Amino acid sequence: MDSLLSILIWLPILGAGSVLLIGNNRAQLARWISVGISVLVFILSINLFLDFDTSTSSMQFVEKASWIAQFNIFYHLGVDGISMPLIILTTFSTILVIVAGWEVINNRVADYMAAFLIMEGLIIGVFSSMDAILFYVFWESSLVPMLLIIGVWGGQNRVYASIKFFLYTFLGSVFMLVSLIYMYNLSGSFAISEMYTLPLTMVQQSWIFWAFFLAFAVKVPMFPVHTWLPDAHVQAPTGGSVILAAIMLKMGGYGFFRFSLPITPDASSSFATVVIVLSLIAIVYIGFVALVQKDMKKLIAYSSISHMGFVTLGVFALFSIMEMGVNGELISISGGSIESAYLGLEGAMVQMISHGFISAAMFLVVGVLYDRLHSREISTYGGVVNSMPKFTGFAVLFAMANAGLPGTSGFVGEFMVILGALQANFWFAFLASMTLIIGAAYTLWMVKRVFWGAITNPEVSTLSDINSREFGILVILAIAVLWMGLYPQPVIEVMHASIVNLLEQALTTKLPVLL
Amino acid sequence: MLNIYFTIVLAPLFGSIIVGLAGNKLGRKASHSITILGVAISTALSLYVFNHHVLNDGEIFNQNIYTWMQIGGLNISVGFLVDNLTALMLVVVSFVSLMVHIYTIGYMHEDKGYTKFFSYISLFTFAMFTLVISNNFMQLFFGWEAVGLVSYLLIGFWHHKESAVQANLKAFLVNRVGDFGFLLGIAMVLMFFGTLDYAETFSQKDQIIGQTLYGGVSAITVVCLLLFVGAMGKSAQVPLHVWLPGSMEGPTPISALIHAATMVTAGIFMVSRMSPLFELSDVALTVVMIIGAITALFMGLLGIVQNDIKKVVAYSTLSQLGYMTVALGVSAYSVAIFHLMTHAFFKALLFLAAGSVIVALHHEQDIRKMGGLRKKMPITYVTSLLGTLALIGFPGFAGFYSKDMIIEAVHYSDLPFAEWVYFAVVLGVFITAFYSLRLLFLVFHGKSRLDSNTEEHVHETAPSITVPLILLAIPSVLIGYFTIEPMLFGGWLENAIFIDPSHHAVSKLEDHFHSAFSLITHSVMTLPFWMMVGGGLTAWVFCIYRTDWASLIQSKFKRINYVLNSLYGFDRFNEIVFVRGALKIGNLLWKISDMAIIDQLLVNGSARFARYVGAFIRPVQTGYVYHYAFFMIISLMFVLGWVLVASDYSFFS
Repeated sequence: MDSLLSILIWLPILGAGSVLLIGNNRAQLARWISVGISVLVFILSINLFLDFDTSTSSMQFVEKASWIAQFNIFYHLGVDGISMPLIILTTFSTILVIVAGWEVINNRVADYMAAFLIMEGLIIGVFSSMDAILFYVFWESSLVPMLLIIGVWGGQNRVYASIKFFLYTFLGSVFMLVSLIYMYNLSGSFAISEMYTLPLTMVQQSWIFWAFFLAFAVKVPMFPVHTWLPDAHVQAPTGGSVILAAIMLKMGGYGFFRFSLPITPDASSSFATVVIVLSLIAIVYIGFVALVQKDMKKLIAYSSISHMGFVTLGVFALFSIMEMGVNGELISISGGSIESAYLGLEGAMVQMISHGFISAAMFLVVGVLYDRLHSREISTYGGVVNSMPKFTGFAVLFAMANAGLPGTSGFVGEFMVILGALQANFWFAFLASMTLIIGAAYTLWMVKRVFWGAITNPEVSTLSDINSREFGILVILAIAVLWMGLYPQPVIEVMHASIVNLLEQALTTKLPVLL
Repeated sequence: MLNIYFTIVLAPLFGSIIVGLAGNKLGRKASHSITILGVAISTALSLYVFNHHVLNDGEIFNQNIYTWMQIGGLNISVGFLVDNLTALMLVVVSFVSLMVHIYTIGYMHEDKGYTKFFSYISLFTFAMFTLVISNNFMQLFFGWEAVGLVSYLLIGFWHHKESAVQANLKAFLVNRVGDFGFLLGIAMVLMFFGTLDYAETFSQKDQIIGQTLYGGVSAITVVCLLLFVGAMGKSAQVPLHVWLPGSMEGPTPISALIHAATMVTAGIFMVSRMSPLFELSDVALTVVMIIGAITALFMGLLGIVQNDIKKVVAYSTLSQLGYMTVALGVSAYSVAIFHLMTHAFFKALLFLAAGSVIVALHHEQDIRKMGGLRKKMPITYVTSLLGTLALIGFPGFAGFYSKDMIIEAVHYSDLPFAEWVYFAVVLGVFITAFYSLRLLFLVFHGKSRLDSNTEEHVHETAPSITVPLILLAIPSVLIGYFTIEPMLFGGWLENAIFIDPSHHAVSKLEDHFHSAFSLITHSVMTLPFWMMVGGGLTAWVFCIYRTDWASLIQSKFKRINYVLNSLYGFDRFNEIVFVRGALKIGNLLWKISDMAIIDQLLVNGSARFARYVGAFIRPVQTGYVYHYAFFMIISLMFVLGWVLVASDYSFFS
């Protein structure tokens, strides 16, 4: 299929149009059409994986058409080993949220389903754009459906949360647009690959780096620009939280891979320590904050920030490990091996995918409870295992994955990043490893208070265990989490060539070589 | 052979999955039959493997099964390493597990979670197998945490009990502290050796000699100490021991299987496996030895003041793990494994016997409310007696050989502080005999202190409980006698353990060893023997001869009593410093830094600022065209004027 990526982008968006035409009055039909579209898109996206050539780092499934000729803007799509897994994660998660909203959302059903389908298309667009303006358009427009999801189907304080979410992320991205236009003025092209080879002085790189950084750091989110996330999660409906955590945060991480490292390698290198320190603060500081949360969704939101710290740590640790010699050979700075730099980068990628599964699962778990008792407070629950044993089994599995238990996907990324980071600097790994204790503490303490113990709230004893729809969603996620934990090699293999290339780009200086 | 190893590892997993998913439909009988069958297959094949490797000098099997990940030149695989150490561990784990499976039929008879319990203990067996059969650090860590997971689930098995779910959280978190060090240790191994494979690591171990980290710390010492932190967590060494007594909240079969015989010995196994690395650092070995000695002595002392039948055995386990750790420290790895094996049998026996008493008394665990049970429960009594004699090191019994060898090994060690450690382990013998016999006397001897209702109904427990007791009693008595010579001096573990020639403890042991029998005859002339007799006599005096003396002593030495009863204050310290400290930090960071400063002041503050600026500027936009025109003209004049002035300084040129 020559235009597979276009199909993946536009099929859900056009499908959303048909769902909107069906209208809110025929809710059941809208549900079935939506789930049909999302499954179809997922199946099509599997072709990306099956037909993917793992031996090359160059873009695949490329499509190129002129879009705005005056400004040299193209409709230019393509994927490599970094974006392809994230696209599949997107198509996968969209099915889950559509099914998860099945009986729960009864207000404006068609609109709800359509919003998620539109968002799916837009996010796939983000991950497959090879033209900076196209990228920016998808990037910004994906905010709109999320804004609506929080604003329309959200909780009590949804307006504050949705506006905060929008302004926060929008503010960051505006600076990105400025630097994209700036580079266009230098090179006359919006092609991202042109920007990779564009020579930039250190001053230029620094400005561009920080502009990008603002956009991506808000999205990840990194400390200290993270405070929109807990509010957004708490107010968002379950499906919104799932997409937010599983995919939208990944857009930030993806930005570091696609833009920051290759376009501003020298600035990335010189500011790496700052990013690493912020990442470590996220891992440890946010872990402590998660520990004292009383609201389950807030707890998981903070846990997300903490886990995403591993992504940025893994990406930027490479600058403490390797540098490039004058003859283009890679030299170890810290005594670490080149494999450890790969471990950091690929660990960051694995962590993003794994976090997609686990955070989705955790929010769905909270959603299951919320649908029944309409409370997110930990103190409402206690002894849930007595009335919902099957559900508790899943919850404990995902909690363990969140705590990074080996055998689950949560372990793989953290393990890789810690192994890599230690070769950069012992103390990076030391602080990052604290998550082993803190992460287990906040996750399992919540499990203890919600699921174990005697029932104190009489309402808990009346809870019915998960139905087959909920069971199906959780089983699929459980399989995904275990599969990635037990056999991560297929995912690693897909990204390896692109990571090797990226490492090379990130270490190749754009500054004039002083002889 | 690969298929055999596969079957050993996977048979319990299949049993666990089948029963775990379909236990309710299969019913109790089918559930326990399936899991027991799985473990029985593993046991039989483990014996076959043992025969092949250990008795017939089979070649070391080392093969990767599948590539977990391949990153550049770094391969991390799941694989099997079967040498004599693995073969021995397989037998110990599978045999004890099989006994515990059978025992569970009787013990959990009335429990609602019957099938789930079987699923868990089979899963545990699988996890333990993956740990001991691993050929690399990643899989070791996998097994390491997987046994921790099952331990967590089983300690909290009776999840309606607040104390149980408190204990399992604590167990998991304390173990995670150990794993924190362990993971860093593994990462250091990767850094210095570029691989996580055991064989590759050990073959290039010499290249780490002399390497230093920041500040000139010896790299190998740091690696070993970090790995040992992991062992301290799992094998419950001071100060990470605090979780083990709490783990007694779980059903007794798992106390025997997980928290006495197998999982807690994983740390001992791991250090033995890493002997090529530990041998490179005398500093690390000395630390290992001292931590072990502290655990052996001080945890034993706590056994004296406990009144819960399982807690006494638990502190005894801690103390014995300390002994094993001491043996590791003095480079007597084979002796540590020897004690690990004998201990697995007699401690599993003691726990299961304790469980038998608990079942018979309808879940009464307080030894002050027992007494005189020997006539009512003869099988439990006799097997307990045999287990106790093994534990205290009565000449000829299994524990006698292993413990005696540890003490002798310390005696021959050249490490600094070895003489102090020797003192501790010898004193430990007295204490062991004291608390063990105290327990035996209070439970089975003397007058009955049962309430009359229970008294009438007490009888020996069902065969599914007593048969495993008998089967465990046999090795508890005999195994030391038959295995000491081949295991320590006959090369059973030679292909798995490396001892640096500069560490003489084991070679000196060998010089002084004649035969297993002569150790018995010579024992009366040794200090440990008389320590044991002394400890036993003391127990007899306090528990049978003059029962009122105990309280007299307690009131005389109030302070010591207080220290022991408060368990040296570890729990309180942890509660105040770590638990409350973490919550305080969390609240502080959340409320002050996150909410007040970042969110309120900066984020919402900038929003307020924007609104304020907007409100300030808004009056300018009046909507009258002539106002705008006025501003335009004024501004234009300013700009033009500035351009003219600036151009004088060639600003734009």
